[in-house]
Amino acid sequence: MTKKNTVIKVRDLVVGFGDDNVLDHLDLDVRAAEILGVVGASGAGKSVLLRTIIGLLPRRHGAIEVLGVDLAHANEAERRALERRWGVLFQQGALFSSLTVRQNVQFPMRENLDISQRLMDEMALAKLEMVGLSPQDMDKFPSELSGGMTKRVALARALALDPEIVFLDEPTSGLDPISAGDFDELIRTLQQTLEITVFMVTHDLESLYTACDRIAVLADGKVVADGPIATMLESEHPWVKTYFQGKRGGMLAERQIGA
Amino acid sequence: MGEALLTHKLEGERLELAASGSWTATHAGELETQIDRITGEAPNAKDVSIDMAGVREFDTFGAWLLERLTRQWAASGREAVVVGLPKHDLGLLEEMHGVNREPPAKAKHENPIVSAIAAFGRGGADFGRNLIVFAEMLGAVGLALGRVLIRPREYRLTSTVHQFDRVAWQAVPIIVLITFLIGGIISQQGIFHFRKFGAELYSVDLVAILVLREIGVLIVAIMVAGRSGSSYTAEIGSMKMREEIDALRTMGFDPVEVLILPRILVLIVALPVLTFLGSMAALYGGALVAWLYGGMSLDIYMARLTDAISITHFKVGMIKAPFMGLIIGIVACAEGLRVKGSAESLGIQTTNSVVESIFLVIVLDGLFAIFFASIGM
Repeated sequence: MTKKNTVIKVRDLVVGFGDDNVLDHLDLDVRAAEILGVVGASGAGKSVLLRTIIGLLPRRHGAIEVLGVDLAHANEAERRALERRWGVLFQQGALFSSLTVRQNVQFPMRENLDISQRLMDEMALAKLEMVGLSPQDMDKFPSELSGGMTKRVALARALALDPEIVFLDEPTSGLDPISAGDFDELIRTLQQTLEITVFMVTHDLESLYTACDRIAVLADGKVVADGPIATMLESEHPWVKTYFQGKRGGMLAERQIGA
Repeated sequence: MGEALLTHKLEGERLELAASGSWTATHAGELETQIDRITGEAPNAKDVSIDMAGVREFDTFGAWLLERLTRQWAASGREAVVVGLPKHDLGLLEEMHGVNREPPAKAKHENPIVSAIAAFGRGGADFGRNLIVFAEMLGAVGLALGRVLIRPREYRLTSTVHQFDRVAWQAVPIIVLITFLIGGIISQQGIFHFRKFGAELYSVDLVAILVLREIGVLIVAIMVAGRSGSSYTAEIGSMKMREEIDALRTMGFDPVEVLILPRILVLIVALPVLTFLGSMAALYGGALVAWLYGGMSLDIYMARLTDAISITHFKVGMIKAPFMGLIIGIVACAEGLRVKGSAESLGIQTTNSVVESIFLVIVLDGLFAIFFASIGM
């Protein structure tokens, strides 16, 4: 695969509920092997955008192309093939509560690959170790895990089939700042070793600074700003300005420049 | 599919492997068999070199299989060298180098006979523990009732009315329909069999006594256990899973008083009402069948009915009803509070709730039968 080509292409997208359009003629490109952070006020439609791209929500207008496949015109087999090439980390983890950690990670492998139980065990262990879990946690049930561990297991499950794109819905929400920082670093490292594209919805300014290559800001149903941190700091859009140069954003910006 | 991912050349004690194609998740199954076959064919090779230059795609599955191969070789004191791996894939192999170092804990194998005996013993202990849990719940509900009687203004009236609507009012159609049918069936069977010795008239006694004393209340209790008991368990269980019960407790509310007491009181009131409606529907069904199938006019049916039954029979059924409601409520709420974090446990507890409450309802009915017989009712 050639570098820097577009893996997700969203054109003129309209998504709404009832009389309201949450996303209003939105355009967005995600390039290969980058970490894109999507930010916006609560209710701006970040999660709606993510869920529309992965096909959980219907759209009213527009086109979405993921890895060269147009979802609207793909048949069942093409859709399934495409779904194998991405992994999703849901906000609450969405681990299967009746399966152990190991079984959760093996679930996509068991369904999609024809490999031996031994290799499946080893791969599940490898994935879990890559996200920083110890072998003692493998046979725990999701209800016995802490918030941070749940997110890690969910990430391991999202990575189970070595996807080309990983969608993360607020990966650091609900984590303490140290765990959140670790998690950002983990995503960064995994992205570099595995060369995956990461589409990350987040509220966390720190994540934007430490993990993301590029940031897209959603407001009024559109992408109002798009670019690296430097572009964000120069933006004149009122929401972007308040977000990045407000009290909390300003501190991080100074630290970033000072460092 | 079917392409060679690994080819080998054996030169004396030196095994040369050349990798090609996609070393990815999709081909991992094939790749694993090919590696096992080739290493099996060359058991005496001393050194091995793996040339990765021909590999087009490489992911964690391929990296792990490569790492596993070199690790196997290293474990038997031989040397494996990997050459020609593209630079950007080295990081991945490096990552794999660190994983799976600790052997995973093996699941313990138990003697099936021993574990069967253990399961049997655990079942017995669980049964005893269940009775204690129900007794505790009964005590907690009594305590909450006492508190509410002292301060009646704290009682949740809105919640009670809402529950009454769901448990009693909305259950009326289905309960009336089922008891109507049961009454008709009993009547038909009675007429059919009593006709052989000309005693059709006694089928009215059969229907009336059976329905008023036993069937009416039992059918209604079983229906309510399945309909409302299960929903109580599921509701309270999912509240427990989502920490809503803990939230109530931290705000200084007693979950028993807020959630459980109204539900149980509603059941205690609803069961006699539903039993009454159900019994009447069953008598009506019996009358219709007696008329249409047995050719017995409604006047005769009514006359026989007044002869056959006394208010005692009616009382026997109605006295039992509130106790059945109490048992169903206690079991349903206690099982709901025992739900753990997983969706599976919610299912298990809901099943337990229905099975146990139906069992206890029938046991209670038997105890009442002994009691009423000994006091001559």
